Amino acid sequence: MNLLLLLVSAILINNFVLHYFLGICPFLGVSKKIDAALSMGVSVTFVLTLTAVVTWVINHWLLIPYGMPYLQIVSFILVIASLVQLVEMFVRKTSPPLYQAMGIYLPLITVNCAIMGLALLASLKEYGFAETVVFGVGAGIGFTLAIVLMAAIRERLDLADVPGPLRGAPIALIVAGIMALAFLGFSGMIK
Amino acid sequence: MKSRTLGQEFVKGLWAENPVSRQLLGMCSTLAVTNAVINGLAMGLAVAFVLVSSSLLVSLIRKVIPNQVRIASYIVIIATFVTIADRFMAAYFPPLSKALGPYVPLIVVNCIILGRAEAFASRNSAGRSLIDALGMSLGYTIALVILSAVRELLGSGTLLGRQVIGAWFEPWVIMLLPPGAFLTLGILIATALFIEQKSRRRRPA
Repeated sequence: MNLLLLLVSAILINNFVLHYFLGICPFLGVSKKIDAALSMGVSVTFVLTLTAVVTWVINHWLLIPYGMPYLQIVSFILVIASLVQLVEMFVRKTSPPLYQAMGIYLPLITVNCAIMGLALLASLKEYGFAETVVFGVGAGIGFTLAIVLMAAIRERLDLADVPGPLRGAPIALIVAGIMALAFLGFSGMIK
Repeated sequence: MKSRTLGQEFVKGLWAENPVSRQLLGMCSTLAVTNAVINGLAMGLAVAFVLVSSSLLVSLIRKVIPNQVRIASYIVIIATFVTIADRFMAAYFPPLSKALGPYVPLIVVNCIILGRAEAFASRNSAGRSLIDALGMSLGYTIALVILSAVRELLGSGTLLGRQVIGAWFEPWVIMLLPPGAFLTLGILIATALFIEQKSRRRRPA
């Protein structure tokens, strides 16, 4: 029950993009077309889940027992970078169509703050293993939801007559603000 | 690129290539911590420290690093300085470190720093990189302070914790919440673009 609550809250209430401001770069950069946004969302969800597992193991079996939590930042970023590289190689060998769909987004994910943010937040909130994994999956679904909704709005926005200085990034940010406002409404769901 | 004087190298980070309003880099921390001026200022200074030190180090050892592993080396260098900044803040300013939460460690994935290391420090001398990093961090800090000043003023009627607007003012709580961050930044960037377009019309290049 608790895990379900955590999942729902990670998707809707503590949405990574609209509440924690994590993964804003791809959220603004890769949200012009719905299918590209969907591929990005799926890739990020996949890497988030893997990262949740690996960083939890490193944090709890290596860093904490040996009293080196100050190495968290260095070790997490190295793990994430190599993980993304491994996933890219694996996907390229095993499934060319999948690689076609998410290949170009994978390298970008290394510097996606959502991944690093997940590792840090899970360690900060002292989540157990199951909680960390659920948090990772929920964060990924929440990210996908936000970026696909954003892409859908921006596809329509292309046809709208936006005043000159607002074109591009400013209107995207304002749209994101209104979406965040809508998502605030979910916070009444769970106390 | 080479023809720029040191002064121009410094000034470009303030307006023409401002990391926040122009390049849209480092958005996570920009949006997340700017609900009070003190947080925005602290974040700006932390980023400045990391950016200046890593740019300097990268440009000093740029000839030693093999090309294939350069990104990985930059990341390790940046992560080291971020750890220093994070531990320093946790030791000397515990409340501030608590308020900024995971966003200080997240400087490591801030695109400004890796971007400057890759695009500038890796191919310019130490002096030039230092000037470039100083300009960029000043531009970033100014943008953060302006953004957080607007949000704090409208969201709680204070500036740096001091009451500025009288008691008649009903604070707009929304400015302190996530939507306020997106809306304020959107409007600020639009204002910057508007000023830019106006001044370009006045004196055509």
